[in-house]
Amino acid sequence: MSLRRLAPPEMQPPGFEFTLENMGRIEKEIAKYPPGRQASAVISLLWIGQEQQGWVTHPMIECVGRRLDMAYIRVLEVATFYTMFNLAPVGKFHLQVCTTPPCMLRGSDDVVAVCQNRIARGQHVVTKDGMLSWTEVECLGACVNAPMMQVGNDFYEDLDAASTAKLIEAFGRGETPRPGSQIGRFSSEPSGGLNSLTDRSIYAAKASGTS
Amino acid sequence: MLADHDRIFTNIYGLEDISLEGAMSRGLWDGTKKILELGPERICDEMKKSGLRGRGGAGFATGLKWTFMPKEVKDRPHYLVVNADESEPGTCKDRDIMRNDPHHLIEGCLIASFAMRAHTCYIYIRGEFIRERQRLQAAIDECYAAKLIGKSNIHGWDFELFVHHGAGAYVCGEETALLESFEGKKGQPRMKPPFPANMGIYGCPTTVNNVESIAVVPTIMRRGAEWFAGIGRPNNTGTKLFCISGHVNKPCTVEEGLGITMRELIERYAGGVRGGWDNLLAVIPGGASCPMIPKSVCDGVIMDFDALKAVNSSLGTAAVIVMDKSTDLLRVISRLAYFYKHESCGQCTPCREGTGWMWRVMKRLETGDARVEEIDQLMEVTKQIEGHVICGLGDAAGWPIQGLIRHFRPELERRIAERQKMAAE
Repeated sequence: MSLRRLAPPEMQPPGFEFTLENMGRIEKEIAKYPPGRQASAVISLLWIGQEQQGWVTHPMIECVGRRLDMAYIRVLEVATFYTMFNLAPVGKFHLQVCTTPPCMLRGSDDVVAVCQNRIARGQHVVTKDGMLSWTEVECLGACVNAPMMQVGNDFYEDLDAASTAKLIEAFGRGETPRPGSQIGRFSSEPSGGLNSLTDRSIYAAKASGTS
Repeated sequence: MLADHDRIFTNIYGLEDISLEGAMSRGLWDGTKKILELGPERICDEMKKSGLRGRGGAGFATGLKWTFMPKEVKDRPHYLVVNADESEPGTCKDRDIMRNDPHHLIEGCLIASFAMRAHTCYIYIRGEFIRERQRLQAAIDECYAAKLIGKSNIHGWDFELFVHHGAGAYVCGEETALLESFEGKKGQPRMKPPFPANMGIYGCPTTVNNVESIAVVPTIMRRGAEWFAGIGRPNNTGTKLFCISGHVNKPCTVEEGLGITMRELIERYAGGVRGGWDNLLAVIPGGASCPMIPKSVCDGVIMDFDALKAVNSSLGTAAVIVMDKSTDLLRVISRLAYFYKHESCGQCTPCREGTGWMWRVMKRLETGDARVEEIDQLMEVTKQIEGHVICGLGDAAGWPIQGLIRHFRPELERRIAERQKMAAE
């Protein structure tokens, strides 16, 4: 298991409140669950909090606990258990590089090396301008587009050293490059043309089967 | 080879229109009401007849699982929870269903919920799939707007469908850990019994099914159980999404019939092994936890549950990770050992301590910094963890190592000898 702790007290901000817009999102999340079962929304609330603040703070955990009527320790457990919650500040663009075998076999070492050279030697080290940081993560579930990384909401796939360097440059300038395959694939199809689903007749307005 | 008209996921790559209208033009949501009119028993019977085995890894009969739910709804509502916490290394099929062909899943949720007398279904999607979540939610919103689902919908079965997300924990793909996580707790697996069909979320009867298992349901119901059962061998029926990754020329996801040979699958769809079939070293046939099989076994093996079980591996999620002769297998397995160490939830001692121990030994074996006896010790530890933990993660952590030792022990010994020789010089 991975041992995760909150950032030290001197790093914690004095307070946390959800923005008005996020208050609306939170209510929608809570409404998904039966009355009295609002604790089910804890992950989504912490996630919305992280989107707002960039990382999960002590006051945020207290705030979520109050809203969901959960003890502080119960929310803390969740925040430290799930690895998507950043427990310390990260760069504005936080590059999460998958290094699990399917990515490793296709060159994630090169992607990591570029991150080390262009961002920081160590993981979770934020550049001085606050723009970039990187970390290795476990399988992100885009294995046929390996190697890949997640930045913000998007997956960047089919990477190599050169495309990674280019992406880092763009992020460094504050841009969000086009996500997805960096070698021109549309999604998970084989490169260089389809070898299944080529029979166009299956797309000709299907005759009704059962009705 | 499976003909295109027998493929269920006709928009798996998202090249066609992904909207509701587009999905309907490909035959989805067609006659759904007639399917529901068959009644829950007939639907469960059809699913049993189709021979569909769960697509999430364990391969348990889906239709049979549905019949474990109580036959009557009493004071506790029934729930369907769809497991979209896809995080087994190598596996990326559910992602494609949710982002490119989501209406299979949504219609499947309605039919399956009806068959289990549930009015509410939650899809538990892994937290990292943010775009996929947005696509899926957009598709669900379309269905609500078209009154296909929701209160007093056109199908006459009130049905609410919600998307719930996680936040990065592989263990939540285990069904009881998923239930815990769903309730807002750490994702630590529960002891069984009670089984989810009796006590699932909020103490209510719940069935947890994989995305692909649910997404194939509408097509099976429309085309008939015989059609699905006619593909593949008995007990290993139907089509399956295969994700072919690693050292192949064209990694891809593709739907094929179970029972295709591994070689044909790789060569026809993934452009073959890098450097040709003879450059193949080993394959992990079903996602990280399935023991690897060497080329000599790959030569003749077919891709289905029983055939891979017979060679001491498993079909798992049908995520085929191909490794050519340039691969450092010890590094691959020690990286996997790290994965399991990282993802162990920490609840059971054998797994919490064992995964770390196995990783440290694997790390040393990688460089040959070990004694030959430690290979046997490592094998024994994998067996000690297996079966002595609440969930399958501890078992799964040992299987890749067992596969390595079973087939590539000489390589492990060679590295140790090489290092000792170097030290002596």
